[in-house]
Formats: sequence, structure tokens, C-alpha cells
Amino acid sequence: MANIKTSEKKSKAQSMGMHTEVLTGRTQQKFFNPDEAENFYYFGTYDVDFNKRTDLDVLNMSAPEANKEIDKLMSEGYGTIVIKNPQGKHSLGVGILNKLNLIFEGSLGYFGMGSCDGPIVRINGRVGWSCAENLMAGKVVIEKNAGSCFGAAIRGGDLICKGSVGARTGIDMKGGTIIIGGDAGAFTGFMMQRGRIIILGDVGINLGDSMYDGTIFVGGEIGSYGSDAVDAELTSSDQDWLRRKLKVAEIGENFDLSKMKKIVAGKKLWNYDNLEPTEKKGAI
Amino acid sequence: MCGIAGLIHRGKSSNVGSELQGMLQALKHRGEDSTGYALYGDTDGKNFIMRFKVGENVGEGSSSVMEDVSVYDERKKIVDQTLVEMGAKILKEERTLPYSLRYELEYNAKDLLEFSQKVESIPGVEILSMGKSLEVIKDLGNAKMVCDRYSLDKLVGTHAIGHARMATESGVDIKSAHPFWGYPFSDVSVVHNGQLTNYWNNRRVLENKGMRFMSECDSELIAVYIAQKMREGASLEEGMKDSLIGLDGVFTYFVATKDSLGMAKDTMAAKPLVLYESDDLVAMGSEEIAIRSVLPHEIDTYDPFDGEVKVWQI
Repeated sequence: MANIKTSEKKSKAQSMGMHTEVLTGRTQQKFFNPDEAENFYYFGTYDVDFNKRTDLDVLNMSAPEANKEIDKLMSEGYGTIVIKNPQGKHSLGVGILNKLNLIFEGSLGYFGMGSCDGPIVRINGRVGWSCAENLMAGKVVIEKNAGSCFGAAIRGGDLICKGSVGARTGIDMKGGTIIIGGDAGAFTGFMMQRGRIIILGDVGINLGDSMYDGTIFVGGEIGSYGSDAVDAELTSSDQDWLRRKLKVAEIGENFDLSKMKKIVAGKKLWNYDNLEPTEKKGAI
Repeated sequence: MCGIAGLIHRGKSSNVGSELQGMLQALKHRGEDSTGYALYGDTDGKNFIMRFKVGENVGEGSSSVMEDVSVYDERKKIVDQTLVEMGAKILKEERTLPYSLRYELEYNAKDLLEFSQKVESIPGVEILSMGKSLEVIKDLGNAKMVCDRYSLDKLVGTHAIGHARMATESGVDIKSAHPFWGYPFSDVSVVHNGQLTNYWNNRRVLENKGMRFMSECDSELIAVYIAQKMREGASLEEGMKDSLIGLDGVFTYFVATKDSLGMAKDTMAAKPLVLYESDDLVAMGSEEIAIRSVLPHEIDTYDPFDGEVKVWQI
């Protein structure tokens, strides 16, 4: 657990025995076995060449047709695909389990880039609800705003929104990093279990409500804390990590990191030290 | 699930009937049990337009029954007599469907409560809207079907709100369809996406204050709730802000008046809304795809936050 700063929240949490109770749980010593490396590759993925580039106009395509076309292009070795006229369609780019440079010239509707593992995606518009839900690895950058449930249940990768996001950002997230350049709505980090959320702007009510673990960094004002969310000390290593992440995300270049607030779970409800599949791959 | 959409042109009129049809049709996957339009047309503002029904169009799960056209004719006669007794003069009469009528009325009344009570005391008759600009048109089917049936695509006006309904808590019929008129206020209408959990408590209180409910659809409560607040002297925006505390549940709703359009989102932000705002146009809907039907080029949109209330003027 992180160092807990002195605050009203802390004393309340401590008075309730949240920091002293003995917790039990499963043994967390088994991490990964390098011999299992072959299990971390997907059947049916393609060798693509990032220098082989093509455009795909999806104006008159349904989402399944567009997604099948993306798959077909990857099978032909295209490693960079530019999607024209997404026009707010739902479920574009879902289920890509491949290395790929994917660029959307426009906005996406609901469930854009859901259940992906590996692609590097840039969306030059806005995204609707549940963008990049269940992301396992890769990077998704949104140039404008995002809807609610942004990065729900992600398990790895970097998810960056340069604008503002709706409610329940990072709900149930189990790993990875979510970076928000603007403001975030209510219930951000609701039931998060691992991973990190960085918000440079303000955040709404019930921040980190019922969070099990993980860390939330907030640069602006906090509407209110959710139950179990408490302040923690922002260390120099935290600032170093934030600096690196923001630089890679090309966001918040001049942001004064010393003003960041760090929020963690006040009660250790379970042990989430097991490595996520993404991290196992990284270790291999 | 349901989908809602609305738009307001500021400083100009446009073909809002066709525009709203496109927006609602884009949301038809959110429900097509019924579709409703509240259109604010260009009028001289002198006479009232009364949209009313003398019977039901009945779908699955409705407690209403289909009746013979002769029954509708009889009711229409009684309505006509009642209007004469109330001192209202029928200037123009349109009967789009056997059960659905549109009257242009010359009538001098500050409070429409007595007028509405008298007309709706006729069994089977419901005023869908009453106003000098507002026309509420709602029926079973998706947006295009309703638009074609009532020839709405040529209606020119300043603003409009609409609703594509997936019936969950009440029947598939016109009386449960949105939008709801803000009875007894001229030119007030409401559409809603969500569920209200303290419907019956609020309904009992409002009925004791003399307000009327025509359906058992929880969304009707919003129209009645805000109308009551306005009767008590609150502005539209004040009434909407009060509703965030007084109404329990999850909701996003739009309210429109003769010259304004407003949105409110509950404190849980559990129901979707995407908003586009510029100097001359505000367009919003449950999904971005609705806005895209009127603005296909690249635009900046956003989700309003929890507990947010916004009102725009024409």
C-alpha cells in the first residue's frame, strides 16, 4: 500500500479498522512460466509491414463489413490502415489481436476498438461510450472527447484522451494506463482493481468509489471521494513515472506534476499482485 | 432502451421535421415500438394548434382496445360541440388518420387547464399538444413510418425534440408514447430516456395538486413535474434543476418551450447523451450517429456531465 497522508479521510478509514485488519486470500506466488510463451500468441494473426499503407473508406459499410475489411487488409500484409468517414459508427475496429497502425479520420460511436490486443490507434475525432473496453495491450489515442465508460475493464496498454471524458472512466479496470487531458465525469475509477488513471483536469463526484487497488492521479479539482478512496503521498518516483507517461502520450508538457493529487484504495480488499497476461508477455 | 434527439436553430428556421426524422431514424435500433415528434413550427402566433386523438393505435402489451371508426366520429362530434361551448372557433381541421386530428383554433384563454379538463372529460379523447407553435405527433412504428404517415418531412420551424421508444414499463400505444405535453402549459413538451423509481410517490403528490396523468408511463411524470414547478412560479431552468433532486432514478431528458430547448442529466450520468453546440445550431441525441444525420462533416461533440442542466434560446 502507498503511504497514506494525514487527512480526515485517513482517520475515518483507520477508525473503521481498514488499515489494520488481517486479510486472507489466495497465494500470489505463482507469476508466470517462460515455457508458456507459446500460449501468448493468437491463432490467425498476421505478419504485417508497417510501411505498407492503405486507405479504407467505410462511409457505405456496416461495422461488421468494415471490421472484416480491416482483417482482410491485415491478411494482405498492410500494417498501416487509414479509415475514412467512420461517421460515428458503433463497434469499429473491435477484436484486433494484431500489431497494426490504425488511424481513424473522424469519430467513432459506441464500443470503438473494443477487446483489442496490440494495435496502435489514433482517432482524430471523438469516441462514444465504452471506447477500448477490455484493451489488453497497445495504445489508443483520441484527439477529442470521449463518452462514458472510457477504458472499461482494460487489462493493459495505454489509453489516451486529449479532451474530456464522461462518467465511470476506467470502471473495473484491471491494468494499463488511462490518461485524460481534460476533465473526467462522476465515478471515475469505479471498482478499479489495478492500473493507473491520470486526469490533468477536474474530476466529478465519487472518485475511485469502491476501488480495490490501483492509483488515480488528479491534476485539478475533485468533486468528492467515493467510499474506500483516500489520499496518498505523491513521491518523486511517482512524478518521474508521470513525466515519462505524459511525454509518451504527448500531453501535459508544462503541467506542474508536484500539484498532482494521488488517490489510492484505503482498504486492501484483495491481492491483485498476479501478473496480467500483457505483463507476462512483456516479461517474456 | 429508447433514444432521444433534439435540435434548435438559433436565429433562423429550417426543415426541422425532416431533420428530426433523420436523427430519430438513426436511433431506431434503440426502439421502434413507437416514435414521437414535438415540432415547433413557424406560425403567426395568433391561434392555437391542438393535436388530439379520439382513439388508440394499439400494439402488443397495451391495455387499450381498437375501436370502430364510428366511435371516433361520435367523439369528434362531442369535441366540436365542447369547443363551441368553450368559445373556441375551429379555423382549420385536419384528420390525418381516423383517430388523430389537428385543429387550428381561435381561442382566448390565459390558463388552458379548464379548457383541457373539459375536452379530456370526453371518454377516449386526449390532447396530445396545445400551443401556438408546438405540435406533438406520435404513433406506433419507427421514425420514417410515423413521418410518412403524418407528412412531417416538410414542416419548417426553429426547434424540435423526438423520441424512439422501446416499451418497457407500459404498453405499446399512443398514450404511452413520447413526447408528453407539459399539460396545461401552452407549447411545453418533454422526451425522456431512462427509468424513474419514485414515479408513484410523485404522481400521488401531483394529482393531489390537481395535475393530470394520461398514461402509466414514468416519463410523463417529468412533464407534469416541471409543469407544476412552473405553475408555482419557477422558470424552466429552475424547474429542471429541481427535478434532479425531486426525481429519483436514471434519466436524460429534453424539455422544449415555444422559444427554448433544455436538457438535464441525472446525478449518476447513467443515460447517454452526445451534444453538439455552435452559434447557430444545437443538436443532441442519445448517440453521435443521430447528430451525424444532420451534420455529416467532422464536428466537435461532447457528453454533458452528471447533474448538468442546459437551456438554449432560439
